[in-house]
Amino acid sequence: MHGFYDFVSGPLVWISFILFICGSLYRLITMAVLAKEKDPMVYAYMDFYYAIRSIFHWIIPFGSVNMRRQPAMTIVTFAFHICLICVPLFLFAHVILWKESWNISWWFLSDGAADIMTMIVIGSCIFFLVRRLTRPEVRYLTSYSDFITLAIVAAPFITGFWVYHQWIGYKIMLIFHILSGEIMLVAIPFTRLSHMIFFPFTRGYMGSEFGAVKNARDW
Amino acid sequence: MAEPALKTGEIFDEGLDKGIAKLTPEKIEQVVSSVLANETGARLRVYTDTCVHCGLCSEACHFYLSNDNNPAFSPAGKVKQTLWEILKKKGRVSPEFIKHAAEIAYTECNLCRRCSMYCPFGIDIAYLMLVIRRICHKLGVTPQYIQTTAHSHAATLNQMWVKDDEWIDTLMWQEEEAQDEISDLRIPLEKEGADVFYSVIGPEPKFRAQLIYQAAVIMNGAGVDWTMPATPGWDNSDMCMYTGDNEVMGRLKRAHFEAAMRLKVKRIVMGECGHAFRSVYDMGNRWLTWKMPPIPVIHALEFYHDIFKEGKIKIARKYDQPVTLHDPCNVVRGRGLHEMSRYVVNQTCEKLIEMEPNREHNFCCSAGGGVINCGPPFKNKRVEGNRTKAEQLFVAKAKGAKTVIAPCHNCHGGLEDIIHHYGLNMELKFLGDIIYECMEK
Ligand code: SF4
Ligand code: SF4
Repeated sequence: MHGFYDFVSGPLVWISFILFICGSLYRLITMAVLAKEKDPMVYAYMDFYYAIRSIFHWIIPFGSVNMRRQPAMTIVTFAFHICLICVPLFLFAHVILWKESWNISWWFLSDGAADIMTMIVIGSCIFFLVRRLTRPEVRYLTSYSDFITLAIVAAPFITGFWVYHQWIGYKIMLIFHILSGEIMLVAIPFTRLSHMIFFPFTRGYMGSEFGAVKNARDW
Repeated sequence: MAEPALKTGEIFDEGLDKGIAKLTPEKIEQVVSSVLANETGARLRVYTDTCVHCGLCSEACHFYLSNDNNPAFSPAGKVKQTLWEILKKKGRVSPEFIKHAAEIAYTECNLCRRCSMYCPFGIDIAYLMLVIRRICHKLGVTPQYIQTTAHSHAATLNQMWVKDDEWIDTLMWQEEEAQDEISDLRIPLEKEGADVFYSVIGPEPKFRAQLIYQAAVIMNGAGVDWTMPATPGWDNSDMCMYTGDNEVMGRLKRAHFEAAMRLKVKRIVMGECGHAFRSVYDMGNRWLTWKMPPIPVIHALEFYHDIFKEGKIKIARKYDQPVTLHDPCNVVRGRGLHEMSRYVVNQTCEKLIEMEPNREHNFCCSAGGGVINCGPPFKNKRVEGNRTKAEQLFVAKAKGAKTVIAPCHNCHGGLEDIIHHYGLNMELKFLGDIIYECMEK
């Protein structure tokens, strides 16, 4: 038990960070090389100003027509993504870990805020699940991998919430928490979660095509 | 996941059915792998990996909306039934699968790119559908009607089997006709060094020669130094771009640019056609490795806008029926000409009643992307697949609009069918019709 804990909270952390960072770089670089070889037009038409203009409209809540048409989805998506990124980075318990091992630290969230934000992530995952199951147009596109991806994202938050509230079996839960966090990190470059790394490029490219060539807006 | 049977009704098409009769699974696998390996790359990979299956693109598509939100008609739903499956099975799909994929890619998507403005990632569904069309083209599975026009392009460099002398005859005939109205009017053929090279689509000399007449009157009235070529290269249309025959698309565009170059003109002005503009400005030039067209290409809407701005045309009497304006995808989402067209409409018409949504968010006419060119077998599906447009038109009509201005040939064809099918009883015009009617001659 202790041995396993040491393993997941020691070497496995290293491995997962290395896989996450190297994996993301690998995906980006192989795609960049492939694009150079097979889609050189991407480089020709990519336009910094118009790429940023489009990305900007799509990372601002309600910045696009479709976001205004789907207010519930927009609110949930933004709340979800903000909490998803902020909680692991700014949770006091995580900041302490960085402090202990690397002697670096930064601003952190109050425990109460982090607790609420965790609930937002879990609630959003439930919203996405229900939406996937009940909206025919989403269900039609769904494959099992979509449920697995959702589970991978929800797991660290559910287990973390459990551990924080010290519910029954929280010591084992802690191991699951660390493990699921590691799985999620590694999954980012290698599953559909890679939309995180590719978003600026797909959106930026469409923004460039619309803005620089077609003289139109794409939001 | 388990899927309900979503579509009913088998459509027989000579090109698709005879095409798949010749296929073997090995042939399919070989063609699919060669297209995927040699002609696609990062865009295809990233677009398929990044799609989070959220369905947010669905309501962008008029096919989806008009078919009572049937998910099989949603943009990502069409990719699922075609490309995802092909990738998953690594090309090991049946001939029947290819027929179904061809039907989706050629007749259920107008490549209008509206969905790219609704997908948070800007995934280019139209591009993915073009990849499917490319595979089908290489497999010889294309709808018969559009393939016939592609054959005409390959044989004559124009879409309508117009012979070289018929083309010249038509221009001279229209010149003569117009001289009854304006005695010194000319349609200058082969004039070297002219300011404007005017090009049209194949169907104009074939079915709508009147439009050439009108264009000549407008050119004459505005005092433009213009010319038309007496050789192939006069036709700017391009169905090969839509069948997936990129090689012939390249030949067509080269002939068009070269005719303009040979005459040493300053710019090409194109008639009111959307797909031809896409071909010259967006797809054909790229195939020929021109980032931008080698010679400035101006769509009719921009040209009209410029001559009105410069005061070269005077209006005798404004068009007095209230009008509504359709925004053709290929020159609005494809070139951003929507404010220019509104400027011209306001100069020439008493009253413009907007359809909602409009400008970049307009709904396609459902004829574009070569869909109307797939002919009668798919007509019902096309017209019923755009109830959305009929509803838009109906609202405009209820607000008083009597005339629909559609500054694009394909849109014209598509809207004509919609107006007729849904009993809208509205008049349909090109912007050139209105200018011709109202200008001081
Ligand atoms: S018809 Fe237009 S909106 Fe529908 S899938 Fe095709 S490109 Fe997208
Ligand atoms: S194409 Fe875009 S909007 Fe449509 S399902 Fe995929 S990610 Fe969602």
